[in-house]
Amino acid sequence: MGYFADGFSQAADLLLHMDDATMSAIEATLVSTSWALAIAALLGLPLGFVLGYTNFPGKRALRLISDTLLAFPTVLIGLLVYVLITARGPLGSFGLLFTLPGMVIGQTILALPIIVSWTAQAVENLDARCRQTLLTLGASRTQTALLTLCEIRYDLGMVCVQAFGRVVTEVGVAMMLGGNIRYSTRTMTTAISLETSKGEFAQGIALGLVLLLIAFVVNALLTWLKRKGGK
Amino acid sequence: MNIVSKTLLGATCALALALPCQAADTLMMATTTSTQDSGLLEFLEPTFRQETGIELKWVAVGTGKALEIAKNCDADVLLVHAPAVEKKFVADGYGIDRRQIMYNDFVIVGPKKDPAKVKGKSTSAALKTIYDAKAVFVSRGDKSGTHNAEKKLWAANNLSPDKEAFYVSAGQGMMATLAIAAEKGGYTLTDRATWIKFDNKNNPLTIVVEGDKALFNQYSVMTTNPAQCPKVKKDLAKKFEDWWVKPSTQKRISEYTLEGKQLFFPNAGK
Repeated sequence: MGYFADGFSQAADLLLHMDDATMSAIEATLVSTSWALAIAALLGLPLGFVLGYTNFPGKRALRLISDTLLAFPTVLIGLLVYVLITARGPLGSFGLLFTLPGMVIGQTILALPIIVSWTAQAVENLDARCRQTLLTLGASRTQTALLTLCEIRYDLGMVCVQAFGRVVTEVGVAMMLGGNIRYSTRTMTTAISLETSKGEFAQGIALGLVLLLIAFVVNALLTWLKRKGGK
Repeated sequence: MNIVSKTLLGATCALALALPCQAADTLMMATTTSTQDSGLLEFLEPTFRQETGIELKWVAVGTGKALEIAKNCDADVLLVHAPAVEKKFVADGYGIDRRQIMYNDFVIVGPKKDPAKVKGKSTSAALKTIYDAKAVFVSRGDKSGTHNAEKKLWAANNLSPDKEAFYVSAGQGMMATLAIAAEKGGYTLTDRATWIKFDNKNNPLTIVVEGDKALFNQYSVMTTNPAQCPKVKKDLAKKFEDWWVKPSTQKRISEYTLEGKQLFFPNAGK
């Protein structure tokens, strides 16, 4: 029990005194996660929308692939990207391994299937009569698509927030591609893992609590979006 | 969506600001978990930066992976502790300029009740006794320097416990391996630094073998071979290696203590 009590008081300490290492870890976490999410959203939202909205041969197969990738183990993503961006790998000349951009690549791959699959799902969940009604009312195909997009705007926000939660809490990709370098690529999760291996359990719990606080903010946002979406 | 996009915008700006902060003189080091987890690197780093003007970045992994990172040209320098593997690494043309800098020691720990009765024995007698008694032995099993040292000790006594039921291969770091040994009431080989951190009141384990020459654990620095990896910052690497072996650094190494105990013993040039 001592670890819990110490963990709580140390968490308060870290935040109140703006501890350098903790602030740097929070920054690395938020910066890399935001980038990954931005890129994944830019690619994933249109892809997901097309996948859910249109009908074409091979659509089911694509959807199945995207759904399967939801279960992509993060260490495997880490490993695959690692062999791509190591100095001897095909993308080695960019010097991405053990940097934030390197980490962002892995986290983007992690977030992408979440955004694609759930966006497609949101479109499919929309009442089919909605589209028929729009068409009978004389809307053009572009107008129908835009109105559908408008209908699911809150769902899309939720999809992004959920993907954020997944990326912000994962450790495999961050550890393998970032390398847990102090004041550089050390994120909240890799810092927790480090404190654990150092035997500083209370410090690890403290950092965990700070991460939970971030997750709380994200979830508060999710709740707010849900309410706004009227669901 | 507004708040989400605002957050993203904010983060984008933050990254844009963060990028130019990359100092010109940075050196990438691959090292072992023990140098980081013991706190030694954080203790020495400010002095290093002050004296050389180089910013040292490191990734701390098992020695096996550290060598692999250097082999792939992803690090400029190495600080590792597996002499036999290091020598092969140099012979194979992946590393140059290997220099011994310090040692610490391993200890064998086991349950306080000592079921196999190994307390006070020599390393080789203790291992034989554990083997014959089929007492639980927890191995790192992760190709780390400690794992290599352990394999060498078994091999030196013509024992191969790999496939025995009492031999538990954890595949984890030292702290986790000690926790497993404690839960299972087993023996294990650990570096002293991690042991000191692990040792607390409720700990069911105790040191059973220590101080044996066979348990010395040599640390060395090396540079990734620039002939293999043209991007290696060889001038900075030379400064790095010179720094480790100079008398004032060697003295500083001996000044690092944990719970009042000296952990690393400098022995450059010896």
